[in-house]
Amino acid sequence: MVKKRLIPCLDVTGGRVVKGVNFVDLRDIGDPVELATRYSDLGADELVFLDITATVHGHDPLLRLIEHMSAELEIPFTVGGGISATEHARAILRAGADKVSVNRAALDVPGLIEELEYEFGAQAVVCAIDAKRREPGEATHPSGRPGRWFEVVTHGGRTPRGIDAVEWAQTAVRRGAGEILLTSIDADGTRAGYDLELTGLICDAVPVPVIASGGAGTAAHIADAFAVGAEAALVASIVHEAPERIPVLKSELKEAGWPMRI
Amino acid sequence: MTGTGAGAGFRAVLADYGAGNLRSVQSALARQGVETVTTSDPATVREAALAIIAGVGHAESAMAGLVARGLDEAIRERAAAGRPVLGICVGLQLLFDEHEEGGRGLGLLAGPVRRVVAPRVPHMGWNTLRLLRPSPLLAGLEGEDVYFAHSFAVAPADRAVVAAEVDHAGPLCAAVDAGAVAGVQFHPERSAKPGERLLRNVLAWSRSA
Repeated sequence: MVKKRLIPCLDVTGGRVVKGVNFVDLRDIGDPVELATRYSDLGADELVFLDITATVHGHDPLLRLIEHMSAELEIPFTVGGGISATEHARAILRAGADKVSVNRAALDVPGLIEELEYEFGAQAVVCAIDAKRREPGEATHPSGRPGRWFEVVTHGGRTPRGIDAVEWAQTAVRRGAGEILLTSIDADGTRAGYDLELTGLICDAVPVPVIASGGAGTAAHIADAFAVGAEAALVASIVHEAPERIPVLKSELKEAGWPMRI
Repeated sequence: MTGTGAGAGFRAVLADYGAGNLRSVQSALARQGVETVTTSDPATVREAALAIIAGVGHAESAMAGLVARGLDEAIRERAAAGRPVLGICVGLQLLFDEHEEGGRGLGLLAGPVRRVVAPRVPHMGWNTLRLLRPSPLLAGLEGEDVYFAHSFAVAPADRAVVAAEVDHAGPLCAAVDAGAVAGVQFHPERSAKPGERLLRNVLAWSRSA
């Protein structure tokens, strides 16, 4: 049986790993390769690097970092952040990344997911979806349907897109995405647990692995996400402040009965 | 790093068919002290001590890339001469005949390549190797977790070539070992310590082949 995965996510800019709230007040927390190697040694199953600079596409410092990372790292890693063209993705994958993650451009660039799937295969294409909970009366579902729903948002949650997250996940998979990285903007940063309703809806709607993201505080939160169908859990602050939590979380999950790589 | 490790002084070639991420495989071999040349020159691919076909994505476009450079014939010739060929992921799939997603492979081994049927495809993540028989290629790897990322799997006509399986809503072929021709569906370059072990085994295997 394929193991559930614990995936630390590192925000990178200017060749450093940073931490901040909503991209402001960024604090340098270390060298990406050093941190990545440490996380890998501690048992991280995979890593995600988010280039939060994301203004200059395919810029050399990022590619050099990926090359260095690929030479040192013995676990898979995904690179995302501002990827909007196939050539940019190609440069990142050729530099040694295993997967690329596309978010806003998947919505805005027609044919992007299809082209990435055709060129690199579904297993290299992650569609990142940021979603926000909409209570009845708050924002109407695009179809006019009453009741609670989840809206796709971009720009860190500031731009509502008027698209149902479940429908968008299905569309992205039909176009060729091999994995969904699902972030609840409501839960992100709360450490109160993943949005299980959102996560469960998406897991039930698509036949590809779903990575739950946003809200992880404890092993129990991660177990809850697995219980609603997530194949993997993205973690950030809880492991950045104490990387030695990685093996602890994994062994707690294993003890709780989840298949983990120990 | 050349000059240290299990592969000191050993030369391998990575067949460059114009696509695929070869750098990570090259780096993993370098960590074992193996000097690796990435080349699209058929003579170099034909003659090297070990030839590796790596890569991800679609088998059809990978095969077209091999054919366009004359690497298909080079690989068939070296296999016929008993010189070791290792396929990794799509490289393993290329060793076989017919691909369900379209096109044909090198036909060094008989059997189709079929789409994985499971609740979640791609088969993505760490999964446990189950050895079906002793194989020098997989020594020390029984029960180890290695990293998979694929939507297609090989279905060898001769079951005897299957050296290891993995379970993903049923058994999938994880490794084949057939004389000078071998392959793994997982990614040793991204499989931590068990991946290193596989690569060291490959070196020992190709030296004795």
